[in-house]
Amino acid sequence: MNAHLVLVGLAGVLTAAAPVLFGVIGETISERAGVINLSMNGTILLTAMGGFAIALASGSVVLGFLGGMLIGGAVALIVAFASITLRQSQVAVGFVLALLCRDLSYFLGNPIMGSTGPRLSILPIPGLREIPLLGVLFFRQDIMTYLSFILIIVAWLFIFRTRPGLMLRGIGERPAAAYVRGANVNRLRYIYTVIGGAVAGLAGPIYSLSVKAGWKGTISGLDGIGWIVLAITIFGGWNPFRAAFGAYLFSLLQWLGLVLQPALPGVPSQVLQVAPFPLMILTLLLVNIGNAEWVERTLASLPAPIRRAISRALRALNATPPSALGTPFEKE
Amino acid sequence: MRSKSPANVLLQLAAVIIALALTTIVLLISRAPPLAAYANIVLGAVGTWEEIANVLVSWVPLLLVTSGLILTFTVGLWNIGIEGQIILGAIFTTWALRLLQSSGLPPAVILTLSILAGMVGGALWAMLAGALKAFGGVNEIFGGLGLNFVATALNLWLIFGPWKRPGVASMSGTVPFPHELWLPTLSAQSRLSPSALILAIAGIVIVYFLVRGTHFGLRLKAVGRNASAAYLLGVPTWQYMMVAFALCGVFAGVAGAIQVTSVYNRLIPSISSGYGYMGLMVAMLVNYQAALAAPVALFFAALNVGSIQLPIVLKLDSSLAGVLQGSLVLLVILGQGVRQRLLTRDTSA
Repeated sequence: MNAHLVLVGLAGVLTAAAPVLFGVIGETISERAGVINLSMNGTILLTAMGGFAIALASGSVVLGFLGGMLIGGAVALIVAFASITLRQSQVAVGFVLALLCRDLSYFLGNPIMGSTGPRLSILPIPGLREIPLLGVLFFRQDIMTYLSFILIIVAWLFIFRTRPGLMLRGIGERPAAAYVRGANVNRLRYIYTVIGGAVAGLAGPIYSLSVKAGWKGTISGLDGIGWIVLAITIFGGWNPFRAAFGAYLFSLLQWLGLVLQPALPGVPSQVLQVAPFPLMILTLLLVNIGNAEWVERTLASLPAPIRRAISRALRALNATPPSALGTPFEKE
Repeated sequence: MRSKSPANVLLQLAAVIIALALTTIVLLISRAPPLAAYANIVLGAVGTWEEIANVLVSWVPLLLVTSGLILTFTVGLWNIGIEGQIILGAIFTTWALRLLQSSGLPPAVILTLSILAGMVGGALWAMLAGALKAFGGVNEIFGGLGLNFVATALNLWLIFGPWKRPGVASMSGTVPFPHELWLPTLSAQSRLSPSALILAIAGIVIVYFLVRGTHFGLRLKAVGRNASAAYLLGVPTWQYMMVAFALCGVFAGVAGAIQVTSVYNRLIPSISSGYGYMGLMVAMLVNYQAALAAPVALFFAALNVGSIQLPIVLKLDSSLAGVLQGSLVLLVILGQGVRQRLLTRDTSA
């Protein structure tokens, strides 16, 4: 394999990571506000089918993406209503929606299965596209991939560098304190859950209008991505940059699985395609293990230099969830 | 489904009606005749003796899984890794069958040992999720989801690798086991095994009495209601969670074992058939109580089997069953929320 092919492959990794990124950043926004939207797997499937159906009927890719945002926002609204207004378990509602939206997408998508519809075209950026190496990698992509780059930075700036972002973190960490400071906690949670759902709602159409264009029902290969999005959100420690790293790592591993296929004839392709998942668990373990009590106790008994090295490594990996994640807020 | 007050019954009824209405709207959107679709599902589930037997074939794993999940829910755990636990049960059963099939032991002994192996497989996989939670701080939902993917990968690897059919490996699974290693079924064509049926019924009865009438069940409930309070009162919290995980894994393992020994008679890629996730839905719908689990699981199984006819007769996707089940669970949860809101308003007024 020559260098150019590798470069094109890596550019493909960036393209394939775009939908995952929209999902992960959307979920990060929602969880930062304290709401777990566990419906992600259903949301991605339903928005993929819905976005494709809308684009197919209207001939407009833009309408397909808008439709995806609308559907994603609507599903998130149900999660918000059930958990914030009705005080039911976020996990239960999200899980049911994950299954319900999946089945809904298969049922409603049945008539358009296998149709060829509009798809996103590549939009090379004049000038920048000619830069050696970087041009192929970054500047011969489609609009949603460019937007995914921008999304990472904008989301990070918003969460960590603006006043509303500070409030967003506040309602997820210390809702009571945020309330005292004048934040309408529950209304903000509604808003951010729906925004997060709408952002994640772009993930589906990116698949069905670009990365895996079309709708092929159960063999679309999209079932399971939403669960991965949830895992990467944790891996990303609710930080857009780290989440992006997780999304690119996942996408890279899947690509490597395909590329390495001929070199590993003994390993069936189905196995290589799921190879990233075990690695994801391992990383989840590494990310979380620093929070476990026995680790601290064991560390305390080790000689100081080793202890310092290990705890520094764990702290670098460690991610602590927003402390009010999953718990309803009641004023009083 | 906590209390039997008339208002509550009305709310449940409303949930069923709205769920049906929503599904009807979905049918109308896809320009399908709703009445014909429903008639097809009903006929497909209870039209012939064979179909009724198929409903029971599907009821067995669903009820087993639900029974196990009631234990983990009682202790306050969301055992979403149940799918993987079914798969590991099936893998361990297949493993035992492969090892023992030429051992000369009587088939009944081999089958019993293989189902026991399935229990061990399911329990080990469940305890792995438990260990990740207890010692690694990994939330059981995310650990379980990840382990589901690992189990799927392991299953595929076995089917396409070490256990592949001689010649060409395929999605149709491993080589079927010889007839004498199939659990005895009602008739030669049927896949309904009376012993599997007995296992499933025994399972839910055991869980019912375990949770209701034993010291162990009481402690499980204590941990589930308030883990830190239970811990302060001397209940070894994480050990109880671990036991609940292991027991749930045993149930899931039996479900996987039955899929291998009586339904497919081999290991196939989709051996869990989504029963784990469906069991979570049933458990939620019965509000984690064992009493109603059997009839509700039967209803879900009937919907599944009934909808198999839809693609053939009406060119509709069989996922309609899932749409109806999902909207039902969603509306019952929303209904519960509405009821609780009304109740708190009553008491505060």
